[in-house]
Amino acid sequence: MGKCDALIIGGSAGSLDVLLKVLPLLDPAISFPIVIVIHRKHGTDSLLPDLLSGRTKLIVKEVNEKEVLIPGTIYIAPSDYHTLIEQNHSFSLDYSEKVNYSRPAIDVTFQTAAEVYREKLVCLLLSGSNTDGVNGLKSVKAWGGTAVIQDPATAQVAYMPEQAAIQVKIDYTLRTENIAEFINLLS
Amino acid sequence: MNLELPVITDVQVEVLLADLLEHYGYDFTGYSKASIKRRILRLYSLDKALSFAEFRYRINNDNFYFKRFVEQITVNVTEMFRDPVFFRTLRDVVLPKLGTYPFIRIWLAGCSTGEEAYSISIILKELNLLHKSLIYATDLNPAVLEKAASGMFAMNQMKQYSENYILSGGIEEFSGYYTANYSLAKFSDELKSKIIFSTHNLVSDHSFNEFQLILCRNVLIYFDRDLQHKVLSLFDDSLEGLGYLALGTKETIDFSPISPNYKRMPAEKIWRKVS
Repeated sequence: MGKCDALIIGGSAGSLDVLLKVLPLLDPAISFPIVIVIHRKHGTDSLLPDLLSGRTKLIVKEVNEKEVLIPGTIYIAPSDYHTLIEQNHSFSLDYSEKVNYSRPAIDVTFQTAAEVYREKLVCLLLSGSNTDGVNGLKSVKAWGGTAVIQDPATAQVAYMPEQAAIQVKIDYTLRTENIAEFINLLS
Repeated sequence: MNLELPVITDVQVEVLLADLLEHYGYDFTGYSKASIKRRILRLYSLDKALSFAEFRYRINNDNFYFKRFVEQITVNVTEMFRDPVFFRTLRDVVLPKLGTYPFIRIWLAGCSTGEEAYSISIILKELNLLHKSLIYATDLNPAVLEKAASGMFAMNQMKQYSENYILSGGIEEFSGYYTANYSLAKFSDELKSKIIFSTHNLVSDHSFNEFQLILCRNVLIYFDRDLQHKVLSLFDDSLEGLGYLALGTKETIDFSPISPNYKRMPAEKIWRKVS
């Protein structure tokens, strides 16, 4: 497995449970930043970082615009903005039209990160009921990155990873219980 | 939109931005790169451009298309009473404070299609302050200002706006502020009577008045740090002592040279100029 400079995790319905299982098992010495983009209701802003930071020794914080991505930190995309990644490894936020009826859209973060981190990017798409993230994974592959999905058979809502498997040449398909170990080995 | 492999490179984006500056005087070079590139790619794909050369030629030679380009690469997504808690603070704290002044001047910078201008106007009316207020609503883009001045918004948004209005502390019947005209809701002329819509480019234009309240929400996120500092100092120059500066949920003055002169209100992205 190649060196990983950033891991982006996208998910929708049924993905929070996965994160709650995976985060406690992550190696606190992880050597890259993790960005989590999951669909949620607007107005529940600070709840998710709080919820997740109780599950890991890694720093968990909501993305701030212009903030530079730092290894060993877990960043949560804020609700109601798109999260983009700049060539200088900093975040931009954008309040443009929803993509796939979603803001944040997983596609936007995957696509902008793909161009920045190229073959050193790993993107993981979890459980969900729409196709957000699928086009993003295509970009990731086009730029030489690694596309990973939660095994639809172990996802609460199989549609999203299933569509990714149909439309994209996926590198790894992981059962829920294997996700944490996979991430730890990327370091 | 399929952006698997972008058809426009970062260098080509720079070329387009240089063209805009040279031919039209619009300076987008201080905009966040990923965001503006994504907007350009979106338009490229939406308009099915055949090649970068053709796309560039059209922007530089077709005035109508140039206008479309500016309209499409800037983000014009907005709503009435967006972030209701913010508007509740305006209603409960900021505007009553300003109400003690003989005259209230408000600048809404980057007003886009005007939804926030009408929202503020509604609150001022309910606080019985509208008659002595003036809202300067500005944007760099003449096309969105035209829409804003029409006072007409999509009828199918009204349910959402009405919910926002109630959450922001509104107690009147929201539907009393507009008349339904097929798919459009036309807001009353009274609300518009105290709003001046005008073009103003935060990047290149100067301070034009002194205000007691400046609102600029979700505009600075599109600017790089240098441009943010420049615009914040423009606001500082345009704000009276003890005036208020309101930014978007994810924006801050913390990293800017003006920040020592400001005190933030608890829980909101509103700062008061204290020196």
